[in-house]
Amino acid sequence: MKLWHRYSGLILPILVVAALAIWPTITGKAANRESAFTILKAVALASSLNILLGYTGYVSFGHIVFYGFGGYVGLYLLTEQEWSLWNAMLAGGLASGILAFLLGTAILRLRGAYFALATIGINEAMKAFINNFDLFGGPTGITLNFSVYKLYGGAAQALQTSFYIAAGLAFLAILLSHFVRTSKFGLGLLAIRENEDAAEVMGVFAPNAKTWAYVFSAIIPGMIGVLFFFKNGNVEPHDAFPLHASIELLVMVMLGGQGTVLGPILGAFAYQGMRGYLVTSDFFKDIQLSVSGALLLMIVLFIPAGAIGWLRHRVPTLRRVLA
Amino acid sequence: MQQINLLLTSLPDGILLGFVYGLAAMGLTLIWGVMNVINLAHGPIIALGMFGTFFMFSRTGLNPYVSLIPIAIFGLLIGILIYTVAVHRVINAPHLSSLLATFSVNMIIIGLGTAILTTSPYNVDFTAGSFKLGSITLLGTRLIAALVAMLFTGGLYLFLYRTRPGKFIRAVANNRAAAELMGIPSTRILALSFALGTMLAAVSGALIATFFPFSILAGGSYELKSFVIGVLGGLGNPIGALFGGLILGMLEGIIPAFLESSWVPVIEFGLFVVILLVRPSGLFGAKQ
Repeated sequence: MKLWHRYSGLILPILVVAALAIWPTITGKAANRESAFTILKAVALASSLNILLGYTGYVSFGHIVFYGFGGYVGLYLLTEQEWSLWNAMLAGGLASGILAFLLGTAILRLRGAYFALATIGINEAMKAFINNFDLFGGPTGITLNFSVYKLYGGAAQALQTSFYIAAGLAFLAILLSHFVRTSKFGLGLLAIRENEDAAEVMGVFAPNAKTWAYVFSAIIPGMIGVLFFFKNGNVEPHDAFPLHASIELLVMVMLGGQGTVLGPILGAFAYQGMRGYLVTSDFFKDIQLSVSGALLLMIVLFIPAGAIGWLRHRVPTLRRVLA
Repeated sequence: MQQINLLLTSLPDGILLGFVYGLAAMGLTLIWGVMNVINLAHGPIIALGMFGTFFMFSRTGLNPYVSLIPIAIFGLLIGILIYTVAVHRVINAPHLSSLLATFSVNMIIIGLGTAILTTSPYNVDFTAGSFKLGSITLLGTRLIAALVAMLFTGGLYLFLYRTRPGKFIRAVANNRAAAELMGIPSTRILALSFALGTMLAAVSGALIATFFPFSILAGGSYELKSFVIGVLGGLGNPIGALFGGLILGMLEGIIPAFLESSWVPVIEFGLFVVILLVRPSGLFGAKQ
């Protein structure tokens, strides 16, 4: 019974990811696999962002910087040092984690909108810097040699493998999100979110806790970055640090419900699904951005707690499952 | 020697541009100062100002400096609209709400703009001669733009410090509850402040359109510059924004003489983060 209480919040998230991983295999269509890959990537990124945004209450507007930076480090190691994908992914995640640690000790002193602005500045500074950084190919970026894929059984097989790795990373992100939330460390983060000064008085050492939350939220985006750009075949500054993608992540977390494990997953699913529909529909494809914007406005104005937050509020009996 | 020549040509240009950047940032920082909202729809409104100049100039041949008046009025009206629809409900909510609400306005404008105007570049084919000062040549359009920016700054200053609505704005920025108790209609004053901010954005866009090509997405980079300037001058300090703009303009004039111009954004955003860390109240002090 105790076990059930502890892990009941994990059931739905794991079911969603498992369904996403199995769906393309059953239907056997490559197009389905690509959309499932996009959703899994969004799930992993949004769940990671949620550790900082939802649990700790710090709004990072430039979270995509970890995805881009990790991707760059990984691709550099893959091409120039001929590392394997696994090691490159670990290195990319580690590099993003270290970057988050260094940045976190500095900028997490800022609160509210000042922190949000600083994260935008860091993303833009990083993009502009990589654009001038010759080791990473400057404005043209890094392109993978096609023969790299041979090691992984050819390009087609490599795509298949990347998909399963993405599913694995999404799973890992969810586990991390769940264990942070249920741990004592996570309780400290929630206290910081509610009132940082009071949390400090109660014995939460806020600077450390915030920095570790930042690091935890950066590692998986770094790994996802390596995987995505490996699959993509090349990385350029503009693809690696798109500011609007950071904001899309915020939208996903808001949509599903910040501060819950299931929320970002549902948000990623809904947002990517809606985008896919709008981009392909004849009527909406030209104004899909406006339609997404109007929807976002509705959510921010009327259901700021997101879908899961709203459900938890309305149907208290579901709280255990909708952790 | 060559560097000094280069500096002599690019520095005055940078300074003149700096005034216009400062004007755009003033709009952003005014809104922040009064209601603690960072307006992420700032860039698209700058872009709308640019297109205002373009359409009035190319369709009716109206002088771009005359068309500033209808553009300013349009900026005021769209500001009131955005405030009422998107901002008013989230003004006391956590920062994430107001950031996302204004960002959704950004998405709506950009989405419609892209559908109607595409993202291809436009250009206002307008010149106002050039002036020679010794070995330095100043483009007329930039000189007039800098003068207009100064005029608007002076106007804003007079408005805030010498008129009743201006005093109301400062009172609401200082303490909304107390201002309300003194009989100031704070909701209307907040809407007016937001509208003034978007008006400054639209006007600066209209000025930029007279010397740079632009697209519907062009406002984004000026929005980012406005963040940098706002933080340099102290968020919430409109006059500081003008000085911040000048600093940024000078940097853009000086750096290309010594480094490749692609390093400009690295230094700008690096400086931005450093200022946020060591002096979040800006070089000239924020409000309070």
